[in-house]
Amino acid sequence: MLHIFKKEFTSFLNSLIAYMVIAVFLTGIGLLMWVFPETSVLDYGFADMDTLFSLGPFVFIFLVPAITMKSFAEEKKLGTLELLFTKPLTDWDIVVGKFLAGFLLVIIALLPTLVYYFSIVSLGSPAGNVDTPGVIGSYVGLSLLGGVFCSIGIFASSITPNQIVAFILAAFFCFILYSGLDSFSSFFGSQALFIKQLGILYHYESISKGLIDSRDLLYFLSVISLTLLLTKIKVSQHN
Amino acid sequence: MSLEIRHLTKVYGNQKALNDISFSVRGGEIVGFLGPNGAGKSTTMKITTGFLQATAGEVVVGGFNVMDQPIQVKRIIGYLPEHNPLYQDMYVHEHLSFVGGIYGLTATGLKQRVGAMIELCGLSREQNKKIEELSKGYRQRVGLAQALIHDPQVLILDEPTTGLDPNQIVEIRKLIKEISLNKTVVFSTHIMQEVQAICDRVIVINKGELVADDKLVNLLQHESKSISVEVEFETIVDVAELRSLTNVKEVISLGGNKFKLVGEGDTDLRPEIFKFSSERKISLLGLKKEDVSLESVFHELTAESLVSGINSQVPSPNAQFPNV
Repeated sequence: MLHIFKKEFTSFLNSLIAYMVIAVFLTGIGLLMWVFPETSVLDYGFADMDTLFSLGPFVFIFLVPAITMKSFAEEKKLGTLELLFTKPLTDWDIVVGKFLAGFLLVIIALLPTLVYYFSIVSLGSPAGNVDTPGVIGSYVGLSLLGGVFCSIGIFASSITPNQIVAFILAAFFCFILYSGLDSFSSFFGSQALFIKQLGILYHYESISKGLIDSRDLLYFLSVISLTLLLTKIKVSQHN
Repeated sequence: MSLEIRHLTKVYGNQKALNDISFSVRGGEIVGFLGPNGAGKSTTMKITTGFLQATAGEVVVGGFNVMDQPIQVKRIIGYLPEHNPLYQDMYVHEHLSFVGGIYGLTATGLKQRVGAMIELCGLSREQNKKIEELSKGYRQRVGLAQALIHDPQVLILDEPTTGLDPNQIVEIRKLIKEISLNKTVVFSTHIMQEVQAICDRVIVINKGELVADDKLVNLLQHESKSISVEVEFETIVDVAELRSLTNVKEVISLGGNKFKLVGEGDTDLRPEIFKFSSERKISLLGLKKEDVSLESVFHELTAESLVSGINSQVPSPNAQFPNV
């Protein structure tokens, strides 16, 4: 698993994907957070990081599939899957290795935004008047959300040899799971809450309040595990 | 380490790629695996290396069953796939380190092994290049190097010399011979000369069925049913007269005054032809007994699937079958 993880991560670094993702994410979020008047913290009047945590997921919907789209699709196309699957590696080694590499890249892209927190701490009036537990909870939530998107992206990449298709499918699945189910729920009457709880938004909002509930954590981890399991089943059917 | 294939069957959709194939390879043997396109060679190899699952039957390598203990089997096999897939954006030494790492080699051991493989496969000058920058021949060497990195007991090579130039073919062949001294090697190829140069034993499959499995010498003797002679006269000769010669079964015109005479049984036709030409005072420009080559054996075993056009003429020993 470690070998696959290392290989995947090195390939991100060597192919400029990593730098592109980090640069685009930080520029986009930075502009939204500090420059665009509609969403800028400076014009908002409250010392919180809501912009990052409410718009971050939407940026991830496009960025994470871009990171993961090549993971299996490219190997299928180039035939290198045959190389991997005839080496002494289990299917899990390959799937989890690829997932962790993508996940690490998402976390690394997220890390520099910690600077925003310290800026806002000093901008608050009085200085330091920030809902720190809320921020911590939101970071945990956003990281886990990145993890869910990564697993979805890898799954989408495993069902097609075409990277563009993988990207579009992944972005679509992420969108549906993030806010689609939440929006759908109103159609279902008495089942509305259940449908809402299937979506990410419900748990993401709950965790963002600063209360890291084990049920929410369990939700994120189950979605990741389930998606990776589907991926594993899919890739072991390569024959 | 031995390799055993028992009643292997593989069905793709409604097409039977392999139909109840069984053979075994003893430790230290070099076996040539032949067959026309689509005969099931690559499928057999892919099942053996654990990439594909068999529909029925089993493969046992060094005592481990591929279906039940794939990891153990994969550890003792070195495999060069047909299209030699490699990570194009990796450097040669990086690729080899990656593969070596998977086999559990670490630190100095890995470094040493990568160095040794680079040396062995003649990649010293190319080791700091990216694989995408390499020519086909060098890529093939990288493929071979990655198959050998963990010093495997069983080596499975799927057409290791396709697409190489004649010099490279000779070099790769030499390399295979060198490294295979104490290994079990199964390799598939289209080049018959290669089999004759390297193998102890030949396995031929056609349309998913085993059609021959024998020592090379036995196979050549066994199949030499008739002797044919190629002859060229200086002037026009009556074909009917040639046909009336003793022991001549068939006369095939090869254009001009060239003929191929196929004999009855295993009598040599040459004295008869020589007598014929001297009696009629026709100069004989060429007279050559055709050796029974592996090509003709292969041709006979798998004839149906060959294209017409090479039927009338057995290719020279160096030739590669055009559509095989």
